[in-house]
Amino acid sequence: MKDIKVLGSGCNNCKNTVKLIEQIAAEKGVQIQIEKVEDMQKIVSYNIMATPGVVVDGQVVHAGGVPPRSKVESWF
Amino acid sequence: MTGIAVRIRGWPERHPIPFLIVAPITWLALYFTLIPLSEGLVGLLPIDRASHLGGAIQFFFYDAPKVLMLLTAVVFVMGMINSYFTPERTRALLAGRSEGISNVMAASLGVVTPFCSCSAVPLFIGFVQAGVPLGVTFSFLISAPMVNEVALTLLFGLFGWKVALAYLGLGLSIAIVAGWVIGRLKMESYLEEWVRNIPRTAASFESAGLSLAERLQGGFAAVGEVVGKVWLYVLAGIAIGAAIHGYVPEDFMASVMGRDVWWAVPLAVVIGIPMYTNAAGIIPIVQALLAKGAALGTVLAFMMSVIALSLPEMIILRKVLKLRLIITFIVVVGSGILLVGYVFNAIF
Repeated sequence: MKDIKVLGSGCNNCKNTVKLIEQIAAEKGVQIQIEKVEDMQKIVSYNIMATPGVVVDGQVVHAGGVPPRSKVESWF
Repeated sequence: MTGIAVRIRGWPERHPIPFLIVAPITWLALYFTLIPLSEGLVGLLPIDRASHLGGAIQFFFYDAPKVLMLLTAVVFVMGMINSYFTPERTRALLAGRSEGISNVMAASLGVVTPFCSCSAVPLFIGFVQAGVPLGVTFSFLISAPMVNEVALTLLFGLFGWKVALAYLGLGLSIAIVAGWVIGRLKMESYLEEWVRNIPRTAASFESAGLSLAERLQGGFAAVGEVVGKVWLYVLAGIAIGAAIHGYVPEDFMASVMGRDVWWAVPLAVVIGIPMYTNAAGIIPIVQALLAKGAALGTVLAFMMSVIALSLPEMIILRKVLKLRLIITFIVVVGSGILLVGYVFNAIF
């Protein structure tokens, strides 16, 4: 099961990123555990410079803006 | 049928160079049809072209597509340029340089680096971690939200190139000077504890090596995101402009915000602080104010104050900055905007 964290302080882009990931995971039939990280100190510990950020299985795969569909699909 | 649709959809990405040649030509051709088209459309309606209503509607039919086309083109180009200027590259360019020149670079980079208010904290931390001086970081943080392509395009499309250029020049000047002043005040100790305790990182930067097609995609995505968010505000602004164009006579009296009242500029700046809206949302207000006789300097000061001194961003930054530093920031930037407003009113 993939462990996914979406890093963001709660603006619309972050919410849309979560929705997009859940939607594509459902389409591909992949089980995921998705968690929203809103605590600033934790977000900063991942060394990203823009939110929303996405961490898949411990690796930062995206930072800044809602990720394009093709990018999200490549994670599954 | 689906096969054809799929082939058409991915066309620009699969042939980026032909697209980049054909698109501007098509755009220009469309642009030059706008005046005859708007006149033609008004001619079809059962109203007198010479009437106030006729004038207002023609203005709207011409200006609305014109500004939206300009906005789409500029946002697309900036979306492509943004793919070159990621925060990481900006940071690498700024880290470790001495102040002065860095402030100028930071402010300029703020114009072309993509920035969203909620990214303010991670970006700030990222810069500080890599050794970008505090004042330089502030120059970037001031110019990034304030001097953006949406504001410039709308000002250009609605008020002409002189206003747009003034906004660009003044905005950059404020960012540079305010950032430099804050740097000189040596307020590093007013960063929150946990920020100062974060381990340093290297500012090295590896280019992501995006293909031209991917950059094109970035351009399209930017258009969808930005124009999709602001088009309604733009139409509202133009509708107000159209009403004014059609109905308000050429000579009108200066009102409260007219250039003769010395406290107009400070009032504008102070009113702007608790207000926040994106660059497009303020345009309808700017239109209305200018039409009511407000001096251009006062209105620009108001616009900058609303965008640059945004309360939501201050609240977010409170997590990394102590109150005294935030207040210093507001005072320095506010003073800069004030000065700009007065000087502009005096010159023009």
